[in-house]
Amino acid sequence: MKRHLISAADLSREEAVLVLDTAAELAGVSARPIRKLPTLRGRTVVNLFYEDSTRTRTSFEAAAKRLSADVINFSARGSSVAKGESLKDTALTLEAMGADAIVVRHGASGAPHRLAGWVTGSVINAGDGTHEHPTQALLDAFTIRQRLGSPDHGASGRRGAGLDGVRATIVGDVLHSRVARSGVLLLSTLGADVTLVAPPTLIPFGVGGWPCKISYDLDAELPKSDVVMMLRVQQERMTAAYFPTVREYRRRYGLDAGRMSLLPDHAIVMHPGPMNRGVEIAAEVADSPRSTIVEQVSNGVIVRMAVLYLMLGGVEGNS
Amino acid sequence: MCATKPEPRHEQRGDQEVPGPGWKAVLAPEEIRRALSRIAHEILERTHGGEGTVLLGIPTRGVPLAQRLAARIGEFEGTPAPHGSLDVTMHRDDLRLRPARALQRTEIPPDGIDGKTVVLVDDVLYSGRTIRAALEALGDLGRPRGVQLAVLVDRGHRELPIRADYVGKNLPTAQREVVRVLLEETDGTDRVLLGERVRPGPDSPGSPGSRLGDGARPDGGDR
Amino acid sequence: MSNRPDSRGTASGSGTANRRGAGNDRWLIKGARVLGGVAADIRVAGGVIESVGEGLVADGATVFDADGLIVLPGLVDLHAHLREPGREDAETVETGTRAAALGGYTAVHAMANTEPVADTAGVVEQVWRLGRQAGYVDVRPVGAVTVGIGGENLAELGAMAESAARVTMFSDDGHCVSDPLLMRRALEYVKAFGGVIAQHAQEPRLTEGAQLHEGEVASRLGLAGWPSAAEEAIIARDCLLAAHTNSRLHVCHVSTAGSVEIIRWAKSKGWQVTAEVTPHHLLLTDDLAENYDTVYKVNPPLRTRDDVTALRNGLADGSIDAVATDHAPHPVEAKETEWAQAAMGMTGLETALRVVQEAMVDTGLLDWAGVADRMSVRPARIGQAAAAGHGQPIAPGSPASFTLYDPAAGRERVDPAAHASKSRNSPFAGMTLPGRVHATFLRGVPTAGDRAGDGRW
Repeated sequence: MKRHLISAADLSREEAVLVLDTAAELAGVSARPIRKLPTLRGRTVVNLFYEDSTRTRTSFEAAAKRLSADVINFSARGSSVAKGESLKDTALTLEAMGADAIVVRHGASGAPHRLAGWVTGSVINAGDGTHEHPTQALLDAFTIRQRLGSPDHGASGRRGAGLDGVRATIVGDVLHSRVARSGVLLLSTLGADVTLVAPPTLIPFGVGGWPCKISYDLDAELPKSDVVMMLRVQQERMTAAYFPTVREYRRRYGLDAGRMSLLPDHAIVMHPGPMNRGVEIAAEVADSPRSTIVEQVSNGVIVRMAVLYLMLGGVEGNS
Repeated sequence: MCATKPEPRHEQRGDQEVPGPGWKAVLAPEEIRRALSRIAHEILERTHGGEGTVLLGIPTRGVPLAQRLAARIGEFEGTPAPHGSLDVTMHRDDLRLRPARALQRTEIPPDGIDGKTVVLVDDVLYSGRTIRAALEALGDLGRPRGVQLAVLVDRGHRELPIRADYVGKNLPTAQREVVRVLLEETDGTDRVLLGERVRPGPDSPGSPGSRLGDGARPDGGDR
Repeated sequence: MSNRPDSRGTASGSGTANRRGAGNDRWLIKGARVLGGVAADIRVAGGVIESVGEGLVADGATVFDADGLIVLPGLVDLHAHLREPGREDAETVETGTRAAALGGYTAVHAMANTEPVADTAGVVEQVWRLGRQAGYVDVRPVGAVTVGIGGENLAELGAMAESAARVTMFSDDGHCVSDPLLMRRALEYVKAFGGVIAQHAQEPRLTEGAQLHEGEVASRLGLAGWPSAAEEAIIARDCLLAAHTNSRLHVCHVSTAGSVEIIRWAKSKGWQVTAEVTPHHLLLTDDLAENYDTVYKVNPPLRTRDDVTALRNGLADGSIDAVATDHAPHPVEAKETEWAQAAMGMTGLETALRVVQEAMVDTGLLDWAGVADRMSVRPARIGQAAAAGHGQPIAPGSPASFTLYDPAAGRERVDPAAHASKSRNSPFAGMTLPGRVHATFLRGVPTAGDRAGDGRW
């Protein structure tokens, strides 16, 4: 593994599969009565969260603790960050504390890149602005492989397999979504065919170079989808004229029971959370057997354990 | 190697090397077969007919050895012994000395290990650190009645107070020497070879069969 | 020798008075190629070029061996941020003009976005006096168009024009005069005293929170896009307003291919529109931001290879009149931060001529006479510095303000730590660029020289 995990593009197919395989083995650990492994004893993992995200922070915290790492939570609230300390000074402080890994969530795109330039430990991007969220993409890929397997490989979730031939449709506010950016990169690296569906206002201007297709018509894409991933739509986008009303958005791009019936029988519905029930996803879809939303959360811990193990479990500075 | 059993990359690299002329065979296929038969008999004897015994192989080559022992016990007793695999990677104390490695399978027979006699199976016993890690890993899985250890080769140089209950062959070696176990299932042939490390150094990959476990060298290199 | 500078890049001490006191004000520049053409000797006395020709004799003048060097009229920068008053931690008039002299400049237009803003006669006169005291270049203050660069009320443009600083160029640079009615009024108003409005063309609504050129790189990096159309829309509007009011518009830091097209079209109509391009937009592209290195954050943003090509061609064919540095020094802490929070801007005075050689001369797009035109003659005309003796031909009777430059100097790595500017935010750091400024003369006084070079002094 590389020293840092900042973008899903940092992972080769081989490395991404290694993460999924490692997670698959660790899944067994989670099922056991004793859930703790001594692997990262004596290592320090810092959770540096500039944005509130209880969900992601606790997921990383659980992952690090199950590997016996020491975990320090450094949140913007109640720390010197609130007093206006610069990112660089915070980085130097964490460095002095001997952080082996810094898990960073930041509102500014690229903050983990900057951080990586100032510390010797590993930097793991837990979501930066509208840029990327690579561990979310990994847990999504893991969930897809677990549920669908790979059509080309037959048996589901097979060790060593990618997502070759899986048709994944990502729907919603792609423009502001770090989940979508990492998802497109990782899923395509693993061999999936990715399609982005959104109103044109929520598709990034320079999307031409991305390894995916673009569509404005959800109904046309659903019958061709093995996976449909709904992105959270923030209501404040409406005021910036990205779409006229929530009602119109729901009508054109929301996933309700009627639309869900357009999906092939085996298809699954994903959501990175937190959901806006009744906006991008109807309650009966979120609670249906196709929904993987709860699995995504439990898989999050396992995949993050795999990432922490692969990045910190070996010799320092390995490549 | 056997195409149906994919191995992690680092193992493949090692396996593609063909043992050179400097290597001498210390166990031939027939000798390996006889050693395993003997161990199977000894296990039956020591466990009073194998009742409540579980064989757990330590990846990579401990796993096919455990399978063979279980099959042999089945031939003698009519019912094959339950067997599985136990990956000890996450419990090693030498992780920081080498790049992070892929995890291997841990497969425990459906009845579990509580109250059972677990026989750990590995190819080579060297420093004993793998076995220490295995004992820790086992502790996470349940509470066996007893734990025993079977190895194909004991090459000495223990760094921990650990000894094997069943040994295929005691092989006196020098630290600089390398023991290489080849098995049908993983390498396409059954053989045990003894050679010398090509380049000295803790992480020398220069020897055929250098592997990550006890087989090739003391865990954590020459200390 | 009495005129040998005491350290790299400086004349003795600081201030014109010191240099004038150095004694000899007579120089014989031997064998410089005038505008890159035929080699000639140039004799200087009393701050004026006395004669230009072959085999001139020293006759007591200090001899400067300029063999292999080219001589250009002193460069004129239409656009620099000297930061004083207010942000002396980033730059002062003294350090900024010293950097300018080292870059071959003899006149610099100082932008108005200081603290306080240069929107009154008092502030522009202060900046002008600081420039006189420093003595490295003529500092020509630019006045703000609106009070406090607030974009609401016109500043006292007439008072600034009549001040000792004689302001002729007005700009809210850093902000766009986006209100079309206000822009129209400003264009009309400055006609009374022959002024020009230099517009920072950026449609504010289209660039809310904008971080990087809107394109493939920005979308991948998750940075809010700065669309080309936001620049082009304002330029098109202002060209129409300039035509309607029959006034003078100058477009700052043109950065897109579309802008070049619009300006070319406006010029073809005979409208009074001029434009400038920065050295960085002639050389650098948005993909440099790949690793969020904030040294590449600038406004307008670095654009694409196609834009760079169009800008070079526009400068070559004269659609773009001038190269202006938009020298924007920032202290280290303003750049050592997240991309979105980092200050926008790059230093440029000390590298501009070398960048222009790389982008325009060595590519065959412009000869040295063309460089003199785009970096001295035309900017002097636009900023009305010609009246003060800038942008004049290298000929008898012209003020002895010129630059001696060695285009054949080996490619050297740019090291911002060695720059005279107080700030280190050069986007060319680590790049190798051709050429070297050997000396700059302002009215017969050496303001920059390179003792470390080859002992020409």
